[in-house]
Amino acid sequence: MPLRNDFDQLVDVKGGFISREIFVDADIYRQELDKVFTRAWLLVGHESLVPNPGDFYTSRMGEESVILCRDKKGEIHVFLNSCRHRGMKVCRYEQGNTSLFTCPYHSWTYTTDGKLQGVPLHRTLYDGVLDREANSLVSVAKLCNYKGSIWATWDKNAPDFITYLGDAKIHLDQALDCRDGREGGSEVIGVHKWVFPANWKFAAENFLGDTYHNPSHRSVDLIGIGPSAAAGKKGRRDDELEKAQHVWISFPEGHGVHSAIQPEANEYIESFLDNPILEQYFRHCFEERKRRLGEGARLLPFVGTIFPNTSYHGRQPRGLCAWHPHSPTSTEGWRFFLVDKDAPKEAKEYLRRYYMRYSGPAGMTEQDDMENWLYATAASTGTVARRYPFNYQQSMGAYVTDHPLGGDVSLQVTEQIARGFYRRWTTYMQGGDWHELLGSPAGNRQAAE
Amino acid sequence: MTTTVQDQDRQQQAAPATNAPIERSAAYYRLKADVEDFYYHEADLLDDRRFRDWLELLTDDISYFMPIRRNVKFGQQAARENTKRGEGISWFDEDKWTLTKRVEQILTGVHYAEEPLSRITHMVSNVQIKGARPQIDAARELDVTSRFLVYQNRVEYETYIFVGRRNDTLRLTDNGWKIARREILLEQNILLAKNLTTFF
Ligand code: FES
Ligand SMILES: [Fe+2]
Repeated sequence: MPLRNDFDQLVDVKGGFISREIFVDADIYRQELDKVFTRAWLLVGHESLVPNPGDFYTSRMGEESVILCRDKKGEIHVFLNSCRHRGMKVCRYEQGNTSLFTCPYHSWTYTTDGKLQGVPLHRTLYDGVLDREANSLVSVAKLCNYKGSIWATWDKNAPDFITYLGDAKIHLDQALDCRDGREGGSEVIGVHKWVFPANWKFAAENFLGDTYHNPSHRSVDLIGIGPSAAAGKKGRRDDELEKAQHVWISFPEGHGVHSAIQPEANEYIESFLDNPILEQYFRHCFEERKRRLGEGARLLPFVGTIFPNTSYHGRQPRGLCAWHPHSPTSTEGWRFFLVDKDAPKEAKEYLRRYYMRYSGPAGMTEQDDMENWLYATAASTGTVARRYPFNYQQSMGAYVTDHPLGGDVSLQVTEQIARGFYRRWTTYMQGGDWHELLGSPAGNRQAAE
Repeated sequence: MTTTVQDQDRQQQAAPATNAPIERSAAYYRLKADVEDFYYHEADLLDDRRFRDWLELLTDDISYFMPIRRNVKFGQQAARENTKRGEGISWFDEDKWTLTKRVEQILTGVHYAEEPLSRITHMVSNVQIKGARPQIDAARELDVTSRFLVYQNRVEYETYIFVGRRNDTLRLTDNGWKIARREILLEQNILLAKNLTTFF
């Protein structure tokens, strides 16, 4: 059977309809793994998971296991976790420190920079001529340590990561930079990993800026689980953005964010009322950040998705997610929880507790997300259901293209971001070149260069 | 490096509280029957969805903890297999306030991950008293280990089976035994369920 290639019909961005097939069809899913996940930049982990030479952390890219490893010299690598001899996983530990990866099957060994070192009976069975260099662990084509977060791509022609991020960069920065405005400086305090029966794009789209799904979180909003809940505030977080102008932005590379711009005066809004030490600390961070960034401090993050499957939560809570595809209807969610490395102990202690009650499969907020993603997927697999595309007509045309933040900027809740995401998804599925994948129309290559 | 971790491991395994088994006296068995009864009652409250009544079985200073279990090298289990209470990220590291919030959330009727309510059965077995203070025949505080099997069926086809161990500290109060400390060791690495909406 020929591969499906009717992506233009499946994704009708102009009309605002997207076929359910792209969320449930096995053939489309197989193609995604090849056309999206071997080309786009994917989140692999964070440098704080491998602080010392010889440290490793096993991660995933698409459906495949990879090893994030810091070699003896301190350089970071990402390898496919599969022996070059017969494919055995060379590492089945989650994290640790080693000088060699020894394959359990026939005992080939690899050094921490991925080189094949030991081959039992090399001289007698391979005449001493097996090409070790050519049998190293398969390395990603490009790797980037961006403010501590580690990203990689299998495509040697991919643009560098900063180019790939485009104007989404300053929004992702809000999740990665210190609360007081210094660059970078975050660390991962723990990782959630769980499997849920939904297509990976439901999760990616949720974080693109689907603010419209807010009502599904009514239960936590009613009882109050935020950092000022014990002081009587309802809701699931402090309302730091209550006076802000919210912005929903679709970027040409397929990324999308929901951020907010504080009013010019940019006054501190009380938060963390449940803990005086935290209240003081975050007030201090707010003032420091304002001093450091000036006007720039008015931009605050909410959520975002970096195409295709990395999402972030910018402040309350704060972390990076990777939505690893398992099958058309199953996804493995990973959440890396972030704090400032040099935050006071009390802050880290409070935040980790807040993150746990908010996020992931045991999180009071996100449990309700998972329920939605599961049953939306399940109810879209049927023969009849597949004939009826999803509606993406919200806030059609309600955006500007000349905003200083770049991209298509909406000042109201919008599905423009989702439309942009799937438009770019279509370009990947059609095998577009990197000019097109970054959002330059095919005929406009000159202009992009 | 490995030797150090292994040494730590042995030390931790030899840690007190659970080392010397309590003598199987008549007093032990009487107390064990009480504890089993307490657990069956607890399971009834949860499975009958009497969540507020279940909260009454917890002391106000309860520490309720479910670590994430990790795949580690032999010899590093004690040091590294489980995430730790009081640091970093686990599945649960809760106090009475958050547990109460979880109950309140279910009772809103719009916590969609538990609306409609799941059908859940808690099975408890392998109950052993590992420590009794001040002594077995006049105990005010107990260390108890047990196994659980929690079956959850949700809406139509969603089914999860959670199996693992519980390490509890029970305290005798004017209102009978209460749970002062609970560690739940779920036998999974990557969580094979979309949610943990039940109590263990
Ligand atoms: S599969 Fe690894 S040595 Fe044979
Ligand atoms: Fe949500």
